[in-house]
Amino acid sequence: MVSLLDIIGPVMVGPSSSHTAGACRIGLLARGLVGGTPESARVELHGSFARTGEGHGTDKAIAGGLLGFRPDDERLRDALDIMAREGLDWRFEKTTIDDDAHPNTVRLTLSRGGVTRTVTGSSLGAGRISLTRIEDYPVEVSGNLHTIVLVAEDRTGSVARIAGILAEEKVNLATMRLTRRARGGDAFMVIECDEAPSEAAIAAIERLDWVRWARRLDKVSA
Amino acid sequence: MYRALADAIRDAEARAVTLSRVALDAEAKDQGRPVSEIRDALARALAVMRGATGRGLEGDLRSASGLVGGDAAKLRAGPPGPLAGTIFRDVLARALAVQEVNAAMGVIVAAPTAGGAGVLPAVLTALADARSLPDERLIDALAAAGLIGAVIAERASLSGAEGGCQAETGAGAAMAAGAAVEMLGGTPSQSGHAIALTMQGMLGLICDPLGGLVELPCVYRNATGAAIALAGIEMAMAGVTFAIPVDEVIDVMGEVGRTMDVRYRETAGGGLAATPTGRRLARERLVQIRRSEG
Repeated sequence: MVSLLDIIGPVMVGPSSSHTAGACRIGLLARGLVGGTPESARVELHGSFARTGEGHGTDKAIAGGLLGFRPDDERLRDALDIMAREGLDWRFEKTTIDDDAHPNTVRLTLSRGGVTRTVTGSSLGAGRISLTRIEDYPVEVSGNLHTIVLVAEDRTGSVARIAGILAEEKVNLATMRLTRRARGGDAFMVIECDEAPSEAAIAAIERLDWVRWARRLDKVSA
Repeated sequence: MYRALADAIRDAEARAVTLSRVALDAEAKDQGRPVSEIRDALARALAVMRGATGRGLEGDLRSASGLVGGDAAKLRAGPPGPLAGTIFRDVLARALAVQEVNAAMGVIVAAPTAGGAGVLPAVLTALADARSLPDERLIDALAAAGLIGAVIAERASLSGAEGGCQAETGAGAAMAAGAAVEMLGGTPSQSGHAIALTMQGMLGLICDPLGGLVELPCVYRNATGAAIALAGIEMAMAGVTFAIPVDEVIDVMGEVGRTMDVRYRETAGGGLAATPTGRRLARERLVQIRRSEG
């Protein structure tokens, strides 16, 4: 259903809702995978992001998102300078991810505190985005709600256990999706929540010995 | 939200209220939020719109490529034309201003989109300022504009990549026309005719930006789109009616968009972008952007 406020908005730094605002949101959502501003980053731009990205400030917008700036933050304009000033080792490249990828796609390889994660995201138009791959798992993360992503051993009762931890926190689950590569292999879980789960809840989930890692991705929609 | 403007106009006239009233009620019901909260969000959008028109009129902005910038200030302070000193010239100046801010990575409200963001604030704020209308009236007008845009999104498209420029500046002009008629005291049915009269003048408009950048002709399309909106407003308020119902005109925009060649849908493969000069400028300017970014 179309909302009136989707039409009169978002408030954003120009010039393009897909190539600027959406690109910023991908960076903003992705930084959560390493728990903050990455120390090093490889940013691979695909399709229209590679072809017209410079004129649309796509590189600045992604850098700004990785720095934690939102789409309406005027510091997006100076994000590449801020990146250089802070001594961050971020490299921007043009690539072809694959022919079927959405034209506005970027692949990010982010490292912080010894953790490296790879994520692919697309800007779908009007500022809407989707993360489509995290590590080797096909996913669908829109950033419209607070999201928890985690990798765990595929075992009976895992979903109930995690739901229990979140219930204690009074976090209401909106959606939950499980992807696994093979029975008994690792499973990737995407949990969307109405309320923001606390860092303590994420830590409690990560302490379960069958959970490999868990992260909170803060909501990035307006 | 409504899927047909005819239904919204009928409800408003049956209740003897404005289109913005039925729009706000529908939004409150859909989203489960109080009307006051929606109006607060629209008030914040209005503040950003005013900020962008003011910033653009200062005249010192250039876009990333250097292709656009500084023209809004010419309309404000440059040599007079036959329409010097009129609302018409003020509207053109403000539409250019917002788009110049957008092209220079300034803050705007994407209403309906970033590329078509100049028309609505230009038309509404210039007309409101000329009559010293209070912001409350502008906030209501934005609600009416949101309703019109939502119906266009539902029935046709708001994306240049899907429907050409008629879906971006065309939709912006239609939203501005219907909303302005309400703001100036017209009836819901007059708003409907203003939307139809405006949209019929924008049908078929292609999206052909140089280098795929939201700069040229986008900046000027917002000014000419605003001019067509003024024509729609003036005719509807004079009592002119358009024989094809407004929802059917919107459907035509969708149909034209769906059958429009891909060259004319934001790909820079046709139109002004594909002219010899368009191609040369795009090539030169991209080199310049790369150089300036080291």
